[in-house]
Amino acid sequence: MNNQNYDVIVVGGGHAGCEACSASARIGAKTALITHKISTIGEMSCNPAIGGLGKGHLVREIDALDGLMGRVIDKAGIQFRMLNASKGPAVRGPRAQADRELYKKYMLQYLREQTNLDLIEASVEGFVFDNNKICGIKLSDETIIKAKSVVLTSGTFLNGVMFIGHETSIGGRVNDVTCEGITPYLKSCGLKIGRLKTGTPARLDGKTINWNILSEQEGDAKPQPFSYLTKEITNPQIKCYITHTNEHTHQIIRNNFSKCALFSGLITGIGPRYCPSIEDKLVKFADRTSHQIFLEPEGLNCDVVYPNGISTSLPADVQEQFVHTMEGLENVRILRPAYAIEYDYVDPQELNNKLECKKVSGLFLAGQINGTTGYEEAAAQGLLAGVNAAHKALDDGKEFLVDRSEGYIGVMIDDLITKGVDEPYRMFTSRSEYRLFLRSDNADMRLTEKGWQTGCVGEYRYSVFKAKKEALEKYRSLCDELYTTPRELEAAGVNIKIDGTKRTVFNAMSYIDVSRETVNQIWPQLSSMPEDIFEQIEIEARYSGYIKRQLADIEVFKKDENLRLRDDVDYSQIGGLSREMVAKLSKVKPSTIGEASRIPGVTPAAITAILGYVKK
Amino acid sequence: MDNQTIYALSTVFGKSGVAVIRISGKEALKSVSCMTNIDISSLKSRYAYFTKLYHIQSKDLLDKCLLLYFKSPNSFTGEDIVEIHTHGSRAVVAAVMDSLSQIKGFRLAEAGEFSKRAFYNNKMDLTEAEGLADLIDAETIEQQKYAIRQMDGKLKGLYDGWREQLLKILSHLEAYIDFPEEDIPENIIYEKQNTVFKLCEDITEHLQSDSIGERLREGFRVAIIGAPNAGKSSLLNQIARREAVIVSDIAGTTRDSIDIYIDLGGYPVVFTDTAGLRETTEEIEQKGIKIAYDKAKQADLVIFLFDASIDSVQCIEKYKKEFENKVFVVANKQDKLNPSQIVELQKSGCFVVSAKQNIGTDILLNAIKEHISNRFTSNSGLLISRRRYREALYNTLEYLKSFDFNKEIELTTEDIRLAAREIGKITGRIEIDEVLDKIFGSFCIGK
Repeated sequence: MNNQNYDVIVVGGGHAGCEACSASARIGAKTALITHKISTIGEMSCNPAIGGLGKGHLVREIDALDGLMGRVIDKAGIQFRMLNASKGPAVRGPRAQADRELYKKYMLQYLREQTNLDLIEASVEGFVFDNNKICGIKLSDETIIKAKSVVLTSGTFLNGVMFIGHETSIGGRVNDVTCEGITPYLKSCGLKIGRLKTGTPARLDGKTINWNILSEQEGDAKPQPFSYLTKEITNPQIKCYITHTNEHTHQIIRNNFSKCALFSGLITGIGPRYCPSIEDKLVKFADRTSHQIFLEPEGLNCDVVYPNGISTSLPADVQEQFVHTMEGLENVRILRPAYAIEYDYVDPQELNNKLECKKVSGLFLAGQINGTTGYEEAAAQGLLAGVNAAHKALDDGKEFLVDRSEGYIGVMIDDLITKGVDEPYRMFTSRSEYRLFLRSDNADMRLTEKGWQTGCVGEYRYSVFKAKKEALEKYRSLCDELYTTPRELEAAGVNIKIDGTKRTVFNAMSYIDVSRETVNQIWPQLSSMPEDIFEQIEIEARYSGYIKRQLADIEVFKKDENLRLRDDVDYSQIGGLSREMVAKLSKVKPSTIGEASRIPGVTPAAITAILGYVKK
Repeated sequence: MDNQTIYALSTVFGKSGVAVIRISGKEALKSVSCMTNIDISSLKSRYAYFTKLYHIQSKDLLDKCLLLYFKSPNSFTGEDIVEIHTHGSRAVVAAVMDSLSQIKGFRLAEAGEFSKRAFYNNKMDLTEAEGLADLIDAETIEQQKYAIRQMDGKLKGLYDGWREQLLKILSHLEAYIDFPEEDIPENIIYEKQNTVFKLCEDITEHLQSDSIGERLREGFRVAIIGAPNAGKSSLLNQIARREAVIVSDIAGTTRDSIDIYIDLGGYPVVFTDTAGLRETTEEIEQKGIKIAYDKAKQADLVIFLFDASIDSVQCIEKYKKEFENKVFVVANKQDKLNPSQIVELQKSGCFVVSAKQNIGTDILLNAIKEHISNRFTSNSGLLISRRRYREALYNTLEYLKSFDFNKEIELTTEDIRLAAREIGKITGRIEIDEVLDKIFGSFCIGK
């Protein structure tokens, strides 16, 4: 430790912490990442995969803001698949499986290369406050490190308790310690703390699986990178395999329901519904006689296999029994049994839209501590918290906000802070009301300029973005200017009404049977259009009516979003507000009129009353 | 708040001298160009115009009215405002509102919305705003009260059922989109097309049958039936003589029977005199009786008239069932009855009149008026909320009609989302959490 004072300290080296410290350092704040083990920086504690629906969108947004996740997974990915490839562009989600070790390696490499950033191995056990303002952290050896802002990304480590059947052990992850010191500090600040639960399946020894009899699942022939900067995926690509549970498996599990931590009431925290344990599935869908299990290798040179679909809190001996009933797993060796974990989280209604605690100035929270689940959700919060922590520390008068119309990051943060959580929050595309506009292909167009303005986007990224934007604008206007006749389109094989109305390229591209080839044939001058530009204009053409309506909706939304509310508003002093409204509003302390209107139960009348106050 | 042009009746709904309908928004002048012959380029702000008012679709003359235009920003809301002052008949007001609702970009104002717009455009100060919040609260509570009162079990069940169906469709589509790696059967998704078709049909049918608005426009139908010579024509003449007869120019009405149009307490009412009912083997007469019978079935109220000096009240028993809650039994020729017979008839629930001598017709007319006003529930809020429902249902239908699996799945889903948003205006918003609940309830999600 060469210096005991930092602008920003990030506590925790998981996915939220990595993005937070990197973003803060990119802004120019002197930043330290403190983690109890440098060797577990960027660890994928559960599924070795990044992306998916909604989640893949988040990764693209992180990348658009020059974050690390997209670039790292592109280097560590060993099977890329575009989910929903057969559906439309707004709901396609990139997903990749990672080589766990490569992922950690490249993440660490990026962090080490980052200027303004120190990596410190130590256990944080407390905070130092000055009134309601944070001014540093305290290590387990009582050392104090000062900082103007602190980003806490503690994941599942706050009072983590692991369950295997009725056996419990203390820890934030298998083979890792827990952190007991921080929760009391958070409580002393008046923050509302709760318990949530998650779990991870057993790990299997790939050498003992009978792969030959299992059906394969291949990745895409042409892997599509996550990052706008990655030109090509160079890792060799692997296959995954599929097996199924059967009646016999289910019988064993049912016979042992009483031994599982979840049903015996040992676990009180609420688990995510979209990631149910196998025993949950048997109870809720009793009529199903089989469930699909994906066998996913955890790396290129590693025999550990992740069985996706059988997380459980049953005891180890029962796991041994039922795992062997499945095809291909008859002789499998379990390397490590599945476990469930319960941990402390902070009610995210305690946070503002910068992810800063409203009760503690300078303390930012990101990731699972805010009640979310998933690496991508954590990383996206980390980035936003890191940027804002840096602005706060540098006192540069800037803040970095993303609203619901700008990105999934904004949707997530708004959902968290206005509604709170009652189960671990995961991103879905259905959470966004502007889904047709918030796509993974245009995350850069939505966010990179904004990131550049705030300072978290570097020059290289910005120059790449600007070049793309210019090309996009150039070809967009060409597509609006150039036109053809229906006859010519028909001659090119397009099924079209011969109505004598001329069609621009843009009009023509809205037809499903107008392909790239058709366009090149009719307008040879467009054959130089880059593929990604073509794709984006094509999407805009196909969606045009719908996007127009969403943009109109966004305009209305922005009106309320631009009306800012100070956080020192005393709602009890506003005439016309019922006591119930005062309570709700005082708890959430919305930052904008729009936020206020999205708090469950807040009425239009209350909004009008607040408006009156604002206008004063 | 959106940018649409809003309209509402600014005066109390009901029979009154003058009714003022206010239109505010960027496109307010469209009401003038669509419904009058005034050239809007010559329209001066703050001048009163006397003009004929036409329905935008049927082109029917609705009323002669006074029209004022207030140019933005010098108006109550700060936007362009058009005020239409019509005669205060419910029929006229309903027709004007109906016409406005059909102008593109127009919608009925929400509670307190004129004031809210005024407020946004800095036409109001803080104390007024606080009052406004109370007002909106009050109006919302009132509206809810009306809505609940109006939503009798059947209607509520119907709307809730539609909401549930939309929610289910939406959740299945969203599951299909958001969980591509789960084995969600495709046939479950494509079956939705049928559900949507059926839903479209149901809503269309409902919109056609639930027609209080049309009644207000075209008149509430009262059919007078009874045996030949029971005195139907005399009764009709009596009514026509006593009340103002509306001169109708509604074309295409089948005149197998005689219709008269009168204004009964502000409600337009069509009285229909029908052929006499009796057992007969004569073919032409049978046909006439069938027509009379059908008329009676379609009517909102049936007056069954019998000659009490010849027939007993029992003679109508077999018809009573047919017309259930919408029949008034009227014993005619009171002048030929003795007092004990009259008392007997009254006890059995009959109106006793003498059409010829004009005895008892006042009581009958009052009862008819009350019956009608109960049907309209006599409350302006009801009519307004009902119109709001219809507006929402029309929009729902519009979105459902564009649902099509030949489009990309996310676009068809968007159609359903928008439809759900519209129906949510009646039955309560569909929140994403509800959709997710449904998804996790119906599919085994989670690897």
